Amino acid sequence: MWLIPSECEPRAVRFGIQPDRSSGYFLRRPTPLRIALFVACYNDTLFPQTGVAVTELLERLGHTVEFPLAQTCCGQMHYNTGYHGEAVPLVRRFVELFRDAETVCVPSASCVAMMREHYELIARNEDDPALLAEVQALLPRVFEFSELLTKKLKVTDVGAHFPHSVTYHPSCHSLRMLNIREEPLTLLRAVDGLNLIELPNREQCCGFGGTFAVKNMDVSTAMLAEKKACVIETKAEVVTSLDNSCLMQIYGGLHRDGSNVRTVHIAEILNSVKGLAGGNA
Amino acid sequence: MSIRVGKAAKAPAFPIAAHKALENNQLRANVRRATTTIRNKRALRVEEMPDWEALRSAGAAIKQHTLAHLDHYLEEFVANCERAGGKVHWARDADEANSIAINLIRTYAPKDSTTPVEVIKVKTMTSDEIQMNHALEAAGITPIETDLADMIVQLGHDEPSHIVVPALHKNRTEIRDIFRASMNKPELTDQPEDLTSAARKYLRERFLRTKIAVSGANFAIADTGTVCVVESEGNGRMCLTLPEVLITLVGIEKVIPSFGDLEVYLQTLPRSATGERMNPYNSLWTGVTPGDGPQHFHVILLDNGRTKLLEDEMERETLQCIRCAACLNACPVYRETGGHAYGSIYSGPIGAILSPQLQSLEHSRSLPYASTLCGACYEVCPVKINIPEVLIHLRGRVVREDQKTLKGKLGVENIAMQAAATIFRNERRYEASQRLARIGQLAFERKGMLTNLPGMAGGWTATRDLKPIPSHSFRDWWKSRKKKGASN
Repeated sequence: MWLIPSECEPRAVRFGIQPDRSSGYFLRRPTPLRIALFVACYNDTLFPQTGVAVTELLERLGHTVEFPLAQTCCGQMHYNTGYHGEAVPLVRRFVELFRDAETVCVPSASCVAMMREHYELIARNEDDPALLAEVQALLPRVFEFSELLTKKLKVTDVGAHFPHSVTYHPSCHSLRMLNIREEPLTLLRAVDGLNLIELPNREQCCGFGGTFAVKNMDVSTAMLAEKKACVIETKAEVVTSLDNSCLMQIYGGLHRDGSNVRTVHIAEILNSVKGLAGGNA
Repeated sequence: MSIRVGKAAKAPAFPIAAHKALENNQLRANVRRATTTIRNKRALRVEEMPDWEALRSAGAAIKQHTLAHLDHYLEEFVANCERAGGKVHWARDADEANSIAINLIRTYAPKDSTTPVEVIKVKTMTSDEIQMNHALEAAGITPIETDLADMIVQLGHDEPSHIVVPALHKNRTEIRDIFRASMNKPELTDQPEDLTSAARKYLRERFLRTKIAVSGANFAIADTGTVCVVESEGNGRMCLTLPEVLITLVGIEKVIPSFGDLEVYLQTLPRSATGERMNPYNSLWTGVTPGDGPQHFHVILLDNGRTKLLEDEMERETLQCIRCAACLNACPVYRETGGHAYGSIYSGPIGAILSPQLQSLEHSRSLPYASTLCGACYEVCPVKINIPEVLIHLRGRVVREDQKTLKGKLGVENIAMQAAATIFRNERRYEASQRLARIGQLAFERKGMLTNLPGMAGGWTATRDLKPIPSHSFRDWWKSRKKKGASN
């Protein structure tokens, strides 16, 4: 424990000290955790900056981040498209790689939904009690990124500075499968300089849906049109979400229309700190 | 035995039908307006219920129990219904059900052959499933739909597009035009009062002159032999009480064990279906009562593929459906396309799992893919059918059946998926393909953006841009950082 006056707080945060406003200006260093990052294949390939932001933020909060290099994909694309047999080795791979992890962080609600909704069923259908037991033992330690911050690390203010108007799109899988509702909003409200604007009809799907986006291109585009109109209505500069997949869909449509609204994963917003590298605002 | 669901066997694939539907701006505006209204009303009526989740669980549990012991409860229903003066007939499929209905109508129809035989019909989506109207017409019998929306659909030579609100895709101006043409009323306005009074006059004449009615049922109660129909207009009550003969077509999954179980569904069904606390008309009847209502009552219990679903626990879940259509109103896909795109009288998310299971996957293999798996359907379902899970299960069946054929094996999608699976099974292959994709995309990059990709990815870039794959992956950043850390 340190006794630090509250005006020094922003500086303290940069040095990995977590503010605890409930106890006046006592600041408490959290118990450091070893967090294994499952970044998700599409983040790794298409959105590396999200993984960078997660790593830097967690380290700034005083934790150790590990990245098992053998990780690839959680199996969601195959499983949700009906290639169930093809998904099984990927499920096994994930479980083998992360079974000894203390805590697993996944900056993709959709992948976490895949694990929580389907991994047990997959193990059961494989008639593999050992796999089932491992899945059941591992899943309670797997957290979506915003869940990890708010539920496990119990932080809401990560000392971020992001002077932009932002609207939040709750991805379907975060909302309806992981039941993450208020957590990301709480995190965003605590960001210095951030003007949070509510997205109209926000709980409606953006139309991505994985392979749906190409298999049912026309319907996907029609759904996207509704989402785009809602985003434009907010006049926000930035759309954020827990899932880069939705953001890829929303950005793809907005950019095609010539809009300059940006899409930024929530981790990148939370990792934006005044005057420090890593914030890409 | 041939199982068929309406005209679904001949329907075009969903993406093709949806493409056509999306071009109809009037239809899309009507569907959006109507589903938004019902959706909001439902939300209000659900929020006010302190025990909504408990009611959902109870609704699911009763149905699960019944379906696990369906033989028992069906026999109990038959015994109690017949004891009360009803007569029950079993129909394995559409043709059997139709011929039973036709024979019954011929038995009771007036014997003078100069007047055509008419029957009034109400609240029987199941009769659309078996295309009863076509069968009746072919047998020289004229079916008259009396539910207002069904009547609009029939007079407009249209197909229902919604489970609860079959004419949801029509606005009142379009309805006025249908009435003007079919009722010979060129002066009719599109004011709701005028439209309803025209419909009322048209229907009353038919209620009073027709002796035989065909209905559906919302519930068939085993321990009393009672049948229940819920509705909003009162036209159903007319059909169920005025004629001398009543033939009720019931899917075997509509049976519930006891009268007390209605308590759950009469709370969840109206709130889910129309956003009402209770239905304006709840008709319940048990067999025949001398001097009151129809004196001849027949029930046709229809299988038409349902027993096939009982074998698999997950597929069986589909039969829990009480046809409230909350999933249609909540569905962002249905909202864009309306019901016709599903090529079946059962549309929306429940249609996407029901039609392929009742008939065969072969005829509706695109339906399980007509969803983003957003979960809005599951969230509102009053009997907790995990529709996304069933959709994924059916997708699995589609793929496995495909992979048995050479054409399926050599299909673009299967090859791409097999390649991806191979890549994901090994991190070195995965890293190599990241590098390969980075090089491959160079040919398609324009002004720092991918706007015209080939093959399946072209479906993406037809309407959306894509940022090119960055020069370094996250794992590249991680490795270089570790290296720097090690050298420091």
